[in-house]
Amino acid sequence: MIRIITFLSTFLVFAFGSAYADPKKVGFIYIGPPGDHGWTYMHDVGRKYMESQLGDSITTTYLENIPENADAVRAIRKLADSGHDLIFTTSFNYMDQTHEVAKDFPDIKFEHATGYIQADNVATYSARFYEGRMIEGHIAGHMTETNTIGYIASFPIPEVVRGINAFYLAASKVNPDIKMKIIWVFTWYDPGKEADAANTLINQGADIIVQHTDTYAPCQAAQKAGVYAFGQASNQEEFCPDAHLTSIEDIWGPYYAERAKAVVDGTWSSGDTWDGMDKGMVVMSPYNTKLMPASLIQEAVNMEVGIKDGTIHPFTGPIYNQAGELVVPEGEVAPDGMLLGMNFYVQGIDGEVPQ
Amino acid sequence: MNLDLILGILQIVLIATTPLVFAGIGELVTEKSGVLNLGVEGMMLVGAVSAFIILVITGSYFLAFFVSILSGIIMSGLFAFLVLFLMSNQIATGLALTIFGIGLSSMLGKQYIGTPIDGLSPWFFVIFSFLIVFLVSYFFYKTKAGLILRAVGESHNSAHALGYSVIKIRFLSILFGGSMCALAGSYISICYAPMWQEGMTAGRGWIALALVVFATWKPERVLIGAYIFGGVTILQMNLQALGLRFPGQFFSMAPYVATIIVLVLISSNKLRIKLSAPASLTIPFYKGR
Repeated sequence: MIRIITFLSTFLVFAFGSAYADPKKVGFIYIGPPGDHGWTYMHDVGRKYMESQLGDSITTTYLENIPENADAVRAIRKLADSGHDLIFTTSFNYMDQTHEVAKDFPDIKFEHATGYIQADNVATYSARFYEGRMIEGHIAGHMTETNTIGYIASFPIPEVVRGINAFYLAASKVNPDIKMKIIWVFTWYDPGKEADAANTLINQGADIIVQHTDTYAPCQAAQKAGVYAFGQASNQEEFCPDAHLTSIEDIWGPYYAERAKAVVDGTWSSGDTWDGMDKGMVVMSPYNTKLMPASLIQEAVNMEVGIKDGTIHPFTGPIYNQAGELVVPEGEVAPDGMLLGMNFYVQGIDGEVPQ
Repeated sequence: MNLDLILGILQIVLIATTPLVFAGIGELVTEKSGVLNLGVEGMMLVGAVSAFIILVITGSYFLAFFVSILSGIIMSGLFAFLVLFLMSNQIATGLALTIFGIGLSSMLGKQYIGTPIDGLSPWFFVIFSFLIVFLVSYFFYKTKAGLILRAVGESHNSAHALGYSVIKIRFLSILFGGSMCALAGSYISICYAPMWQEGMTAGRGWIALALVVFATWKPERVLIGAYIFGGVTILQMNLQALGLRFPGQFFSMAPYVATIIVLVLISSNKLRIKLSAPASLTIPFYKGR
């Protein structure tokens, strides 16, 4: 019996191995399920876009709900072992795991989302979400009545801290009295906990909820409590039409298609990509015309234009840290290096980044 | 701090803790009869998804909860059949039930992800969760049937010798546990965070399991343990939002640490075992021995 199975599986491997040798295999590691309507959902939209662009020259696979621990090594290795040519690991905390596996498979190309360490076969890519945070902050500064913003943060990584700072800098520019209340929930994905955090913030007087977690539970909680909210990663208006002001949408498709094409053509090379609104990687969802005054929508749109043509930068000096030290001098913008490693709050935000 | 703020915090704690109480008390009854069912998380997820699907299709909250509880009974019935009649290992079967439940709920719910529904007010269930704990406590310590159930969990051979049907009692206890877990799941997808998302219980089933040990198999202590855990979680959120430093991670692991401590205590002292853990827990019962 065992012999028959061995024979059959060898046969199958050879049969299918040769039949499918041609299309390149592209694999994805997802932190959550593709149905979260947030972070993972948008990566999956990107994957499908890539498929539609490249047709038969690639096949794609994804592994969902992969925890950011040793399990990730197993998952990435599984994709590598099964002959994938290009593997996207789509969460910051897959960094060490990606590099660990990449070392053993020098011929396979890896792409690590939101990471900052590259290798010969590991490229990194991210989107400048903070540009969207700036617009959200500007809107929030105008829309808040209690001058209190509730911010649901996930993990204390530069990506999240950068978002908080960009938001606050823009909001406090419009409204110097603004107060930020920040809750770190230490999860990307837990609808119950996200709702708890939103309700806690609302209970403490926040009338605008900002989230850096993956489900629309906070937006729903805001809708129920009659306050405003910004969605996350995808347009979440249908779930909370009376609360949703706008969302920052992550548009990965064109990048994925470009990178997969490079693998197909044999021109892939490692590097770091950090695109923003100018390249269409960060897009604002349609502004809620029922809730926002037309003039404010116009301001937001103008801001988008400014960010795209480079005349507006969310981190334009003078910027001080909490200790009052000048970190970005007047007239200058923060260098990418500072943004990528950002682990401090700017002046005006209470509390401290958890370590 | 003003009164409104405190009342608000209390509300959030009540809403957040209720699913832990349901799942914890269900598992407690199962374990009291001498069966350890590690399938809590899986049963919760299947309960959550079936309630959600039925609500989307029929629009009836009653039917949603009814079918959800039914799904819990079916899931736990499957488990009961395997461990009571086929004598399969309870730990392995329970883990398999969780894995099965995660997969099944994802498959069933695939096309319902992101379907908006109107959430139901949680207050009925919050009150019901307190009631059920006191009912279970009354049942255990004030009724003959409860005494028999506990006897089955302590020494199934003695109970059998006295003429009680060990299998039947365990079967019913497992079904009760399953229906409570499903209720906990449906509460999450209909009241707590009205949506369906894969794996949306996010480990609450495991916390419920830990709570039963933490509570040293006493119903009221499940309630207390659940509220300590739920309360600390919400409290630390409040302190964070007030800008105070608080070691949130430390308190998040507190129930697990407490569970380990209880496990160490009861394993190191035979008297403790007599006082708390059901003596026949996880031991299969062979009729006629």
